[in-house]
Amino acid sequence: MTLIDHLPVFLIAIPILASLLILVAGWWDRRFCYPISLVTILSQFGAAVIILMQVMREGTVRYYLGGWAPPLGIELAIDSFNGFILATILLLSVATVIYARKSVEHEIGPEKTIAFYVLFQLLVTGLVGMTITGDIFNLYVFLEISSIAAYALIASARKPRSYLASFNYLILGSIAGGFILIGTGNLYAATGALNMLDIARLLPASFELATVHAGFLFLVIGYSIKAAFFPLHIWLPDAYAESPSAVTILISTVMSKVSVYALFRIIFTIFTTAYIVDVFPVTGFILFIATVAMIAGAVIAIAQSDLKRMLAYSSISQIGYIMFALGVANQIALEGGILHILGHAVMKGCLFMVAGLIIYRVGTSRLSDLGGIAKVMPISCAAFALAGASMIGIPPTIGFMSKYYLVLGALEAGHWVYAAILLLGSLLAVGYIWRFIEIAYFRDGHDEGSGARTLEAPASMLAPMVALALLCLLLGIFVEGLMEIVGPAASLLLGGA
Amino acid sequence: MIGSFYELFFARYNYWMAIILMLIGLYALIAKQNLVKKLIGLNIFQTAIFLFYISLGEVRGGTAPIYLPEGVDALYVNPLPHVLILTAIVVGVSVTAVGLSLIVRIHEEYGVIDEADLLQELRRR
Repeated sequence: MTLIDHLPVFLIAIPILASLLILVAGWWDRRFCYPISLVTILSQFGAAVIILMQVMREGTVRYYLGGWAPPLGIELAIDSFNGFILATILLLSVATVIYARKSVEHEIGPEKTIAFYVLFQLLVTGLVGMTITGDIFNLYVFLEISSIAAYALIASARKPRSYLASFNYLILGSIAGGFILIGTGNLYAATGALNMLDIARLLPASFELATVHAGFLFLVIGYSIKAAFFPLHIWLPDAYAESPSAVTILISTVMSKVSVYALFRIIFTIFTTAYIVDVFPVTGFILFIATVAMIAGAVIAIAQSDLKRMLAYSSISQIGYIMFALGVANQIALEGGILHILGHAVMKGCLFMVAGLIIYRVGTSRLSDLGGIAKVMPISCAAFALAGASMIGIPPTIGFMSKYYLVLGALEAGHWVYAAILLLGSLLAVGYIWRFIEIAYFRDGHDEGSGARTLEAPASMLAPMVALALLCLLLGIFVEGLMEIVGPAASLLLGGA
Repeated sequence: MIGSFYELFFARYNYWMAIILMLIGLYALIAKQNLVKKLIGLNIFQTAIFLFYISLGEVRGGTAPIYLPEGVDALYVNPLPHVLILTAIVVGVSVTAVGLSLIVRIHEEYGVIDEADLLQELRRR
């Protein structure tokens, strides 16, 4: 075995070691924390890209931890689907860590930067682990690693309300964790296996058992709470709005996407389409709830008076779009859903970065205080407009491409009413995106008094934001390249090659 | 009648106990106002899951899964759920620790740990 064969385990081992290294080095000198964190996540991203290329060339990469083959050992399995998710989440992590440097000094305070970077690394470890593991109990363990890191990170804003937000998330997250644990236990009781592929192989024999149905519901509800799928989203607005900007970016783009990934993995790889369509028909219900989520999230977002809270509710709406793909469950819709996982991560990351910049400079994200902000922060507001256009789904952005595939998929499956509601949801997105644009560009407030002085933030915060805004556009234009990964991923989920 | 009741309840009483405990925990999580009591409810809920897992591995008359003179022919309980639950216990302890430290912070900020009082306090600010 050469070094390259061991890459999957490095994805998990390196950040754990780095989190310890940051702790020790941070004791020595606080300034070491950021470079170590940046180098770690960059190298993880590099490894993820190499693995993804290998997967596209040679098929699924399997790694047996400690050389123990399943069913005895734990397996890391990377196919085109989770390889794609892995590259997405690490790309966003790189952008976040670059952005975090100034933002953390400002919002968390210099004396807490060590703790921030340690927790940040642990959160990324947990999420990467969830993405690449091939073992259902291991998935739970990594979920809890990332959750506990997230609870602490949300509370690190050191605002009174952030403690409450974190506590509420802790309670709901732990209930979700408990449900997932019960579901895992039910599947183990029914099949005697924990490896995902083994369970998928053994499960059809006991499809009719009540144990399996209960396990399915526990797992789906548990991961839906984690993914903030409507109406299980009540922890999300507070957690997003009250945490420090850098943490909001990471949990809104990366963490919710990984939970959605886990949901896709459990439903399609373990239970397979045969179960959700024929044995336990649930797709119609998921489709219905997903459309409700799209509309309800967008409507509540329009009613918000705070920029971060508005974006948080918009996330609930966007999770609805991804779950829409799960409800339609055909090739084209799933391509759209997987594309939307990347698309939403990129655009929502960019939008939350703009919100963070505004907090960094103006000190508030109340919409009524932001009149005319575009005159003093032209680059940020332009980035917001670009990412917002993608959120609405204006061609040729990535948001348009993913919605296009979702609508095509829905039409192919004959759900034309739902396709129409999806388009209506996009119209509602215009409502909340335009609201900020209108306040930022066409209202007075920030041009007088502050003179001609620009309020743009440091380059290290602007660069990742601008990069993500441009990505919204570029990914949409060069979508063919992405489809070469997304297409096989969708057919893999549906049980094809 | 009694036979079917026996089948339903006593033959699987371990699962029933786990379910009852789980519901007690969930009730405390939802209905209790005091944040510490909520956390205790969470602990009861998690303990119920641990019991469910541990009784899953039980084999009637089985011994501890260690090496015995009979070798592999010995009747022993399934050790895997027990090992899994060790991990889950660690998770439960850490979540409790984080939750309690958050309650300490909330108490420092607001001076109360009761949900109704907290809402009042939030509205006042």
